[in-house]
Amino acid sequence: MTMYDPILPALYEDSQPEPVRTKPTLRHTPWLSTTQLGLVTVLVLLLAWWLVSWQGWVAPLFLPPPQAVLAKGWLLATQGYMEATLWQHLAASLGRIGLALLAAAALGVPLGMAIGLNRWARGILDPLIELYRPIPPLAYLPLIVIWFGIGELSKVLLIFLAILAPIVIATASSVRAVDGSRLRAAQSLGATRWQLLSQVVLPSALPDILTGLRIGLGAGWSTLVAAELVAATRGLGFMVQSAAQFLVTDVVVLGIAVIALVAFSLELGLRALQHRFVPWHGRG
Amino acid sequence: MSSLQLESVSVRYEDHAAPVLDRISLAVGNGELVVALGPSGCGKTTLLNLMAGFVAPDSGSISLDGVPVEGPSAERGVVFQDDALLPWLDVLGNVAFGLKLRGVPRAEREARARELLHLVDLAQHASQPIWALSGGQRQRVGIARALTADPRVLLLDEPFGALDALNREQMQALLLRVWQATGKQVFLITHDIEEAVFLATELLLLSARPGRIVERIKLDFGRRHAAGESVRRIKSDPSFITVREQVLARVLGTELEAA
Repeated sequence: MTMYDPILPALYEDSQPEPVRTKPTLRHTPWLSTTQLGLVTVLVLLLAWWLVSWQGWVAPLFLPPPQAVLAKGWLLATQGYMEATLWQHLAASLGRIGLALLAAAALGVPLGMAIGLNRWARGILDPLIELYRPIPPLAYLPLIVIWFGIGELSKVLLIFLAILAPIVIATASSVRAVDGSRLRAAQSLGATRWQLLSQVVLPSALPDILTGLRIGLGAGWSTLVAAELVAATRGLGFMVQSAAQFLVTDVVVLGIAVIALVAFSLELGLRALQHRFVPWHGRG
Repeated sequence: MSSLQLESVSVRYEDHAAPVLDRISLAVGNGELVVALGPSGCGKTTLLNLMAGFVAPDSGSISLDGVPVEGPSAERGVVFQDDALLPWLDVLGNVAFGLKLRGVPRAEREARARELLHLVDLAQHASQPIWALSGGQRQRVGIARALTADPRVLLLDEPFGALDALNREQMQALLLRVWQATGKQVFLITHDIEEAVFLATELLLLSARPGRIVERIKLDFGRRHAAGESVRRIKSDPSFITVREQVLARVLGTELEAA
């Protein structure tokens, strides 16, 4: 058995073993697993990239060859770009995202629970969340800069706001969707209101809260570049921005690739977390 | 004598003229297994929810041993149609959940939970996740969970409704054994006539809209099984068949009246 998305096992049925087969002759094992298929796609893409630049179909200014980007990556990792190595840029960005994610989870989960459980909290907070949520972060970035200056606070705040809304909304809706008979079962076993909240509502909502966290993290990455437009001296977004101003395309491509890779590994990590802590998800 | 008593209890929903339950009076006494049988929409589940304390009656009173029922409590254990188990706990954790809520130390509550699992024949499944269980096994976990808190009354809301016929019969026998072993007062609702006739010491026939008790029948087939007679032998006994057909005729009759 190979890896499959734990969230949607049903959609990946051919990577799961089937103990009972009614017509064994009609179903043969696929010669590529789903994961292998994904790897092949990425390889083909890389190959096409290499071919295009090697044949000179596109000028290196627009699309530098993969080996040049790799070489630049080595240079950046050892000597740096814009007075910081690739690792320092990465650490600056990860620090901002991590801080924003922690703050958003710490505030968003209780807030979402309040909205889901309490009429007053829903009436007061729901419109606020729904009003700011659809605004593109770039639109309120100037206001944040006017209010909070150009320091680290503004950058983290922008990412925090992008992550907060998905977490709050996922938590609120999952809390409202908690199975009524589970609550009644706990009540008939003598649960207090607080015990209901901590021992039934929160664990029931946990799978969806983690999904909210994943979506929020994606939103956070997409505002990273915008956040690092503001007087930053380090960070992957800053690195890409400043390289673009000097048409250093290989650094731009490298930065984008690193952002993609890091975001992808974080997503995989969160999925593993979800698989580890809520193995019952979807199997109730 | 300890008992769960309902006196002239009525419930009506705002948008309906006819009350869901109309002046229901009944008592579940010590060692009794009372079964309420009725068509869907006759307020069976509402009746059980009243007893559990999930809903309050519009008029009339409910009491357990003379103490008014004012909300859910561990004195009245409930088994649900959909098992309502907690998937993040294993079988043992689910059964011990009620004692955990009470702050009973881990070793003690798990020992008690193991006893109950033994009673429902699930001792060897204690550490399994609940999604690995079959429907019948889940309902047995539900029964064990409700019993661990040592309630005075056990309320069951169509507990075997989703099971296949063979499984259902085994579960009925198991419930009788548990009832015999624990001596609890049991109140069960069902729409399965054979199940009702087989289990009940007192069978209540409910009509729909308004929900009323149209007949009360004292029976002893469940006691006979608990005393050792086999399920097949009882269910093929002419007296069992006669009662079953009478109840069926009565249920069909009340349904025709309602229509």
